[in-house]
Amino acid sequence: MYDGGKILFGILIFLAFVTFPFYNDIGKANVKPEPKIDTPEIQKLPQKKCVEPKAFMKAEHMKLLNEWRDSAVRDGNRVYVASDGKRYIISLQNTCMRCHSNKKEFCDKCHNYAEVNPYCWDCHIAPKEAKIAPKEAKNEY
Amino acid sequence: MGALFSFVAVILLILLAYVGVEVAGMQPIFGIVIPYAAVLTFIAGVIYRVIKWGRSPIPFHIPTTCGQQKSLPWIKQNKLENPSSSTGVIGRMALEVFLFRSLFRLSKSELRDGRLAYGSDKWLWLAGMAFHWSFLIVLLRHIRFFATPVPSYLNLLESLDGFLQVGVPRLFMTGIILLLAVTYLLLRRFYIPQVRYISLTSDYIPLFLIMAVASTGILMRYFFKVDIVGVKELTMGLVSFNPTIPKGIGVIFYIHIFLISILFAYFPFSKLVHMGGVFLSPTRNLANNSRMVRHINPWNYPVKFHSYEEYEEEFRKKMKDAGIPVEKE
Repeated sequence: MYDGGKILFGILIFLAFVTFPFYNDIGKANVKPEPKIDTPEIQKLPQKKCVEPKAFMKAEHMKLLNEWRDSAVRDGNRVYVASDGKRYIISLQNTCMRCHSNKKEFCDKCHNYAEVNPYCWDCHIAPKEAKIAPKEAKNEY
Repeated sequence: MGALFSFVAVILLILLAYVGVEVAGMQPIFGIVIPYAAVLTFIAGVIYRVIKWGRSPIPFHIPTTCGQQKSLPWIKQNKLENPSSSTGVIGRMALEVFLFRSLFRLSKSELRDGRLAYGSDKWLWLAGMAFHWSFLIVLLRHIRFFATPVPSYLNLLESLDGFLQVGVPRLFMTGIILLLAVTYLLLRRFYIPQVRYISLTSDYIPLFLIMAVASTGILMRYFFKVDIVGVKELTMGLVSFNPTIPKGIGVIFYIHIFLISILFAYFPFSKLVHMGGVFLSPTRNLANNSRMVRHINPWNYPVKFHSYEEYEEEFRKKMKDAGIPVEKE
């Protein structure tokens, strides 16, 4: 081979790039996320269901949230009529997060796993969770 | 003809994946076996091609140049267009690889009022840049399916790509640019007569294939949602050599991964391997130093020569007898 050193160096760089996903994941656990829905509010519900069926929410929740945002913020309409005719108040914090108060165990589970970084919390205040104990919070004042 | 054949071939590939997954239920074949085979073919094939090029001798020193060569000290050398050192060659190659310098110089000629006129033609360069760079970014964005956690610079790339915040999931600009650019690259083969004339099936297949890959990806992200957690389970299983097929991933995912597998497997055997070839083009990667360094043709064999001394040694007596002057008595 002519210029063998240079060519082998090039091949090594190529291999380093192409096999990155393989060696990057050595020894890292690949655990499927299980979003939890066992919040006190959900436990109180007589029938555990979201505003729309689970399959729809799983695939389209981001689209629904986007529509809710446009409806509430741009059109001033805060009433959502679900596919089963039930009415809900359009509000991330007061409707969605009232039941799903466990952002870390619910939203973040799948989002972190799939590396999705939604920009909900650029504007909304993320719910305070048990991690910050009320006692500690008081002490700060 | 070549275009039609390629188009039908890609449609058949899509149908094959659809029928294979939806009717025959061969998820393990399309989700595990074919991707592994494709990646293996890609890596082995590219290395094979590069080594094969490396073994080809370069009989002549043939850099193409388009600037003032290194000359007298008071003549300014164009160090990038006519490099005489390795640094210059690296600069020239970097311009070529990252900015497609030689394509930027493309000109077109046409008859105007019976006279031949030349003009610059930057559209191919522009579409080529848009296509290659957005393809690279799209590829890098996909690392999120193959790593947990994703390196932070990739998150930055993703947030830049989606910074327009159009819709949810956020619209990625590169996906759209990729599709538009590849469409331009296809249309120019249809509408520019000279380009159409020289276009072959092997030119159309990658274009239609990449178009199909990009379209299925865009459809999957924005329209026909798939179970993304399931997809990541599958892809992470692949890269950790612990493959699984989670239930309930939409068929469009299998079509997407099948098409990209075909693209990867086809890569080393097609024009696409210019990814490696650009680095091994002797017209670009040689320094124009043929007046300073002698280039020896590697296939030169040792020539058997007969020097004058040896000649005289052999025929001295006969030369003397014939009265021919000799150097050594």
